[in-house]
Parts: sequence; C-alpha cells; structure tokens
Amino acid sequence: MKYENYMTLEFPSKSANEAFARAAVACFAAQLDPNLEELNDIKTAVSEAVTNCIVHAYRDSIGEILIKCRILPENTLDIVVRDHGCGIEDIAQARTPMFSTGGEERSGMGFTIMESFMTSLNVTSRPGRGTTVHMKRKIVRRGSTD
Amino acid sequence: MNLTSFLQDKRLTVALRGEIDHHSAKEVLRVVGNKIDLYLPYTLVLDFREVTFMDSSGIAVVISAVRRMRELRGQVIVQNVPPQPGKVLAASGIERIVKVEEGSCTA
Repeated sequence: MKYENYMTLEFPSKSANEAFARAAVACFAAQLDPNLEELNDIKTAVSEAVTNCIVHAYRDSIGEILIKCRILPENTLDIVVRDHGCGIEDIAQARTPMFSTGGEERSGMGFTIMESFMTSLNVTSRPGRGTTVHMKRKIVRRGSTD
Repeated sequence: MNLTSFLQDKRLTVALRGEIDHHSAKEVLRVVGNKIDLYLPYTLVLDFREVTFMDSSGIAVVISAVRRMRELRGQVIVQNVPPQPGKVLAASGIERIVKVEEGSCTA
C-alpha cells in the first residue's frame, strides 16, 4: 500500500513506556491536523494496545513491543502494535466487553475501547508466537481552502 | 502517591489527578482503597477534574471502588469528568453502576 510517511518505535514491555508510546504516536499523528478529541482517541487506543502487550503478551517477562505508524492517503493514520509474546487462543473471547484474564486491576474493556475509538481494528495472533493489532483512524480534514 | 481527600459527614471526596493508565492505576487503587478503609464513608466521591488522561485502567479503579463501597453498603459518585476520561467511562457503561454528577460523562 502506498504510504506518505511512516515511523517505527521499539521498546521493552515496561509499564513506564505506556505514556511514552501514546505520546509518541500522538506527536506523529499531529501532522494530520487532528482535533483534540481525535488525538485523545488515538492516545487512548494506543494505550490499550500497549497495555495488552505488557499485561498479557509478556505476563511474566519483559519482551519487545513494536509500533509502526503510517500516514495513508485520505488523511488516515495506520497503527500496528506487535509483540512476540504468548499470543491469544480465542480472539473473539478476548474482544468481548468485560472479559479479562487480568484480575481486579483490569476492566476487560481494552479491545472494546480500541474498536469504538478507531475507524477499524484487526487482531491477528498465533499462540506462543505473538499478537498483531492493526488499527486505522481517519482524521477529518478541516479548514482546507482547496 | 498522595491524593488530596476531603471528609464531611461520612462523605469522602478523593481528587484523582494526572494520567491514569495501567502503570499508575495500581497505586491509585491502593491509595483509594486505604482511604476507604481508614474513613469508612457512606458515600465515596471520585473527582476527575484534574485527570488529564485515562484509559480502561481507570474503569477498573472505579469498579474496584464500587466493590469496596458495596461491602460497606455505601455508594460511589463520579464527578467533574473532563471529556477524554468521560468518553472512556461512557464506553464502559459505567453510569449503570455509579452516579455521575456535574460535567457529564457523555463526551
């Protein structure tokens, strides 16, 4: 697919990196001139995806998280969050609202929020090999004179 | 972490602040839990005015507070919710289990 700009981030699955990851993606997204709500939607979705890697994919270990962002035609931000962790056995179950294996600290709303805050969400996983979360968000064009 | 709180007539208000994500939520849960255990309020008010960002970890904070307050036969009120945390709370349907006051939850 033709892309107009891209960036790649790689960092260990430490929870201190959650704030860094969502802020970095938001900075990259700024070139699409999003409004505050669109920017917050993107930050929230990235935070959920990265948290899943930390809490689930690398539950008892520290592993590598990869984020790839691309600017696609039609003012669309494309985000891929990938880990090489434990994978998801049942993706449909994982995406069910309120379902969580994370205990009291988790609400089970991560995928639900990614789904409702982004234009599209695609999850692929291989147990034992890792998970890829692919999200797109179209940003409304504003105030253009053309 | 220090969270400012205010107690009057068994109504405990806790001012949450900053970014509530998985990294910070554990500490927020602990601090709010300790305050409930210490003051044994009838009503717990979680004030979101100073919350600058929240993901689903914040929902877990609210749900956990509701559980603890139910044990005390008390209630939880969420107030002064800015748009971003409000949108996350609304997506979770939290208004079915807590009262949301001033600064609505529907972003």
